[in-house]
Amino acid sequence: MTSTEVPLSLSRGLPMAGLDGEFWETQSSNLLLAAIAIVAFLVVVSLVMFGADLVRGRIRDKVQLVVLIAPVLFLLGVGLIWPAIDTIWLSFNKVVEQPDPTTGIYTTVTQFTGLDNYRFAFTDPTTLRSVINTMIWMVLVPGLSTTIGLAYAVFIDKAKGEKALKSLVFMPMAISFVGASVIWGSVMYDYNQVGSQTGMLNALLSWIGVEPVNFLVESPWNTFFLIVILVWIQTGFAMVIISAAIKGVPAEMNEAASLDGANAWQRFWSITVPSIRATLVVVLTTITIASLKVYDIVRTVTQGRDNTDIVANKMYVLSFVEGREPLGAALAVILFVFVIPIVIYNVRSLNKVKETR
Amino acid sequence: MSVVMPPAGPEATPKPKSARRKTRAGQAKENLTSPWATAAAIIIAMLWTIPTVALFMTALIPGDRYRTDAWWEVLADGDLTFSNFNHVLFQSFGDNSTAPPLLGNVINSIVVTVPSVVFPLVLGLMAAYAFAWIPFRGSNFLFVMIFALQVVPLQLALIPLLRILGPENLGIAGQFPGVWIAHTIFAMPLAVFLLHNFVSQIPSDILEAARVDGASHTQTFFRIIIPLSLPAVASLAIFQFLWVWNDLLVSAVFGGSKTYPLTYPISNLAGDYGQYAYLVPPAAFISMIIPLIVFFSLQRYFVRGLLAGSTKG
Repeated sequence: MTSTEVPLSLSRGLPMAGLDGEFWETQSSNLLLAAIAIVAFLVVVSLVMFGADLVRGRIRDKVQLVVLIAPVLFLLGVGLIWPAIDTIWLSFNKVVEQPDPTTGIYTTVTQFTGLDNYRFAFTDPTTLRSVINTMIWMVLVPGLSTTIGLAYAVFIDKAKGEKALKSLVFMPMAISFVGASVIWGSVMYDYNQVGSQTGMLNALLSWIGVEPVNFLVESPWNTFFLIVILVWIQTGFAMVIISAAIKGVPAEMNEAASLDGANAWQRFWSITVPSIRATLVVVLTTITIASLKVYDIVRTVTQGRDNTDIVANKMYVLSFVEGREPLGAALAVILFVFVIPIVIYNVRSLNKVKETR
Repeated sequence: MSVVMPPAGPEATPKPKSARRKTRAGQAKENLTSPWATAAAIIIAMLWTIPTVALFMTALIPGDRYRTDAWWEVLADGDLTFSNFNHVLFQSFGDNSTAPPLLGNVINSIVVTVPSVVFPLVLGLMAAYAFAWIPFRGSNFLFVMIFALQVVPLQLALIPLLRILGPENLGIAGQFPGVWIAHTIFAMPLAVFLLHNFVSQIPSDILEAARVDGASHTQTFFRIIIPLSLPAVASLAIFQFLWVWNDLLVSAVFGGSKTYPLTYPISNLAGDYGQYAYLVPPAAFISMIIPLIVFFSLQRYFVRGLLAGSTKG
């Protein structure tokens, strides 16, 4: 790459473009809008709650119960359940241009097509690729994050400065997927065809005498390099939860095993891991779901180029960029089908806990 | 991203410190005597820290050296500059002639985030109290359903919800209220679930005493539930703050050019390896500063909140 000339005016001296009176007017009215919205919301909620308190007689409890749960049920019904059903319906349709029977003007109508969208999703090479890639994400991200998080939690358990060591690995949790994508895409994986390598990993490779790699282009490895970004974000979460579980394993069990002559590795496999099994399942579940839905990383780093696309990004592009909503809906449903086993498993374990209480 | 944290059972409850103190010295010694474990821990800690530091250093490279020189080379020459931050925040982000600076997006992020934290927490706490302490028919079914909704990918709701909020119906898509409502809806299942876990732990004597004294549900909610669940609300608030601040999907779908938060322009320019690529690292660093400050100053509550969901029945 050639060096880019940047005019001096860019780096200094230029008046603050765009930050004129209009800018400040808009921004302060936006902030005011947020403040008003919050105050109005709190006032309305309190008024309704105290209004329900004025009701007299037996019916009062019922009125108050409705006030307490109606907003959540309404929002979830209108904003999540109905849309989900509508999406499923949409996925069996297609959009066609048809002349209106009375006016003759061409208008778009949706028509039932059965499984056509699904057939397309599993036969169109780029879409199928995104489905396969999503499965790879779904397996590798939870597996790697949990393994590394578990290892780190065990290694630093009761070590000096444990809290600080934990925050170092936990910190990426606070960084947006977009921020993390910039970190890895522009700083770690950067590749220069000519000249010295500015990406840290390629600089390291050149330094030890290995040919630099164009990390984000080399298929199929580029998907793996994108996965590393999410693993980097999620490991801290896994580590913190697992670490808390490890602290709950009774020390006596380890001591008894030590007396019996078990070494650290044997104690880890036969005491620590079985004792925290439930926590490991929770962590794996959570990260699996997160990795299914993630779209920010692919969109920011590769936009799905070079065989890196995943269902969540493909769905966004089809629905909101290309206007092929029924196809996007079918992909959203495929994503949902992937999580159904997890939903069932979790509802079962929740019910089990409720029964034992 | 919603987070599912079903109860993990009693094994995860930490023991009181005194019970462990005796063996702590011995175990610390044992951990430290394994050089492999120590080395592995150091390598992991470095791999998880260095990229962020490298981003900050890259953000300081002057534009004319960005493509050709790595940050350590620029650092060696003493050529690092803070002017990139000034540029992206106050002058322009991207093509100098037309692209607006990021300061507007910083304010947008704040305007999007704060109400999107308050709304779901208040409504979630109300429902959590009802599900935990008011017996009614269908309570169990509704609660399990809300719990299960956590794992529904929000992609499944995007198209129809956009139609509801869009110009043909409510007409608030592309404006802040549309984004607030979308975030509130998507946060609801997790908020109800985690707050329920906490609220149901309140000793029943307290609530029964209030009931005997003739307190209504409204009075109980304001006088007992709100004060006692502040720790849980605080930790969930931090969690929700990070999630909304870092979100891209919801703001890309339900927002518009006047509401886009920081993540949106950064994501757009990040894939562009043109002349202004050197502005992306400082912009990304600016987008990370506020959540990192929130995270490090309130880390204790944040972690506690995560654990509340995973370790409490």
